[in-house]
Amino acid sequence: MSRRRSADGRWPWLFVLPTFLGVLVFYLWPLVKTLYDSFTETGPFGGSTWVGGANYSQLFADSEVYRAVVNTVVYTAIVLLGIPLAVLFASLLNRPGLRGVMIYRTLFFLPYVAMPTAISLVWRIIYNGEYGVLNQALGVVGVDGPSWITTPWFALVAVALLGLWMSIGFNMIVLSAGLKGIPGELYEAASLDGASQVQQFRSITVPLLTPSIFFLSVVTTIAGFQLFDQLFALLGPTNPVMPKTQSLVFLFYDAAFVGNERGYAAAVAVLILAVVGLLTLFQFRFQRRWVNYD
Amino acid sequence: MRITALLAGVVLAATALTACGGGSDSSAGDAKVPDDPAQVKGDLTYAIWDVNQQPAMQQVVKAFNAKYPNVKVSISLATFDQYFTKLKTQGSSDNLPDVFWMNGPNLQLFAANKQLAPLDTLLEAKQVDPANYPQALNELYSWDGKQYGVPKDFDTIALWYNKKLFAEAKVAPPTAEWTWDDYKAAAAKLKAALGAKGIYASGDELGNQGNYYPAIMSNGGYVLKDGKSGYGDPKSIEGLQFWSDMVKAGYTPTAAQNAETPGRERFFSGKAAMMWNGNWLVSMALKSPVKNDLAIVPLPKAPSGERKTPIHGLANVMSAKSKNPQAAAAFLAFLGGKDAALIQAKAGAANPAFNGTQTDFVNSAPYALTTFIDAASSYSEPYPVSKDTAVWNKLETDLIAPAFGGDKPMSEVGPDVAAKMDEALGKEK
Repeated sequence: MSRRRSADGRWPWLFVLPTFLGVLVFYLWPLVKTLYDSFTETGPFGGSTWVGGANYSQLFADSEVYRAVVNTVVYTAIVLLGIPLAVLFASLLNRPGLRGVMIYRTLFFLPYVAMPTAISLVWRIIYNGEYGVLNQALGVVGVDGPSWITTPWFALVAVALLGLWMSIGFNMIVLSAGLKGIPGELYEAASLDGASQVQQFRSITVPLLTPSIFFLSVVTTIAGFQLFDQLFALLGPTNPVMPKTQSLVFLFYDAAFVGNERGYAAAVAVLILAVVGLLTLFQFRFQRRWVNYD
Repeated sequence: MRITALLAGVVLAATALTACGGGSDSSAGDAKVPDDPAQVKGDLTYAIWDVNQQPAMQQVVKAFNAKYPNVKVSISLATFDQYFTKLKTQGSSDNLPDVFWMNGPNLQLFAANKQLAPLDTLLEAKQVDPANYPQALNELYSWDGKQYGVPKDFDTIALWYNKKLFAEAKVAPPTAEWTWDDYKAAAAKLKAALGAKGIYASGDELGNQGNYYPAIMSNGGYVLKDGKSGYGDPKSIEGLQFWSDMVKAGYTPTAAQNAETPGRERFFSGKAAMMWNGNWLVSMALKSPVKNDLAIVPLPKAPSGERKTPIHGLANVMSAKSKNPQAAAAFLAFLGGKDAALIQAKAGAANPAFNGTQTDFVNSAPYALTTFIDAASSYSEPYPVSKDTAVWNKLETDLIAPAFGGDKPMSEVGPDVAAKMDEALGKEK
């Protein structure tokens, strides 16, 4: 009897072991190792020496870091604007009796499934200042478009608009799941009371969607702070606006893989982790004020 | 998600280092190629960066396999922008390709960090003979008294132009006697005639090797001498100013426009009348829609009457930790041989370094490709490199390139770069 019980105790462990090992090897160990590396200086092909807090004092003295933080915040703010848009689109798509819903959903979701790099290369052509489709379209209405990806600020906006466009599909899927959870009786009762469509949207749809909106804002902020691939592929590493447009992760890439300063890169990674952690904590604290869980 | 992948990459690279450091000390440099080719077995990876040369490289592999049927070579291609980033990461985890392309700026870094196999044994066995290649290239690929690379090809810079666009603008085509002033005068006329059509007079990439190194060298300036930067030298600054003026006058696209549409793409699609560039573009030229309109002359002369071009060449090198050192050595020796050189020459892929095989390259295209070879022998200067070239190359990209045609005069930019470059050079030892 006692034998069997001890076996019972072991079985569950066996089942969680693969996940546990995965977490250990791919999450915890890199975390510890990165923390350690951020206090060292590494040679071009490995081998490291302990330098204490030198990487961090370099980090806080570097004006590029502050600029990268600002760029990353601006980018994230613009991509966050995709959430209200997605709320609007999702509730429009959720209207009963709409034809071709699947086609619309597919169209909105496609950018999310496609590879960010491939998409960025297509948008690189769209944004081209001389031959790009976007500026040709703007030219039709008499606007002389800028060189989107090589003008400071426009380049950041161009990257952010691409990020926004790519995120809308995912946002809509999450939101339409949220919409399905809103009981139809609420709308029936509201229309019996004479509430207009807009009133219903404001007073029923949005408040009841707040849990989904909260989830999206947390996820979008985290993703925003990890901006790298669109930026790299859309602008190109030798773009002269890059020093003004780079994100924190780009800084990390530049230090780790181009400059071969792995210790400094690890310090940048720790900074990103700290900022994202703080922002997420803040969002969780703040949610009580506006998220509706009943 | 993405950042964790990046982090994991760095960490795995670091752990792999600690895990297998010192595992394979059977120095690949001692690998001799056995007399019987059938005995050589194994899989090799061969890393290159030029998609235009890939077909020729595949032909070389095919020819190699005719001799060594039991070696499987897979070519791995990465664009030049990412090539050395990738190699450094692979090197950190002892995962370098068995054989790969190397350039001058990176040779000393890789050799000094024991990533490359020295070629002592191959040289002793006469399987690779330095006498077959230009001496400057053997030197470029030697470090600390040992040779690490087998020269593959060499390149110099000349003036490419589009005959049809010159005729259309009614401007006399360039000659070997042109000076910088003639160049600017022609550019002004070309701009007046073709500018409205979005065609640039000189669609240059504003790169170091193709544009401002030759300008600086022609003008009597220098980039690097005795471990010191030459960017503060007035002669060098004048060389930079030449390109800055070209951009300011609207003859040459800005660095930003080049980031959107690279100069060579502009030139090869007929959107630019001239370009300073190297002979590595021949196969791209032959595939371009304007291939019948192109011609080549030597670079224009600086006001002093001098003309110079940097000479650079690639080499094939072998990883110090190849798992199949014998096969890698056999392949390296084959790549350095006459057969491989001829294949590349006939394909117009590159101007081979193997002495006496250049005729096939010259005949591979209807342009005056001898210009590049004459340049090498009569007015070329060594390509500037140091132990950690990449560090100050980044200064060039970040500080010089965006300043062309900008508000900052080169008399400020030059000394600024020189100071930072000297600091970087001081840290190398």
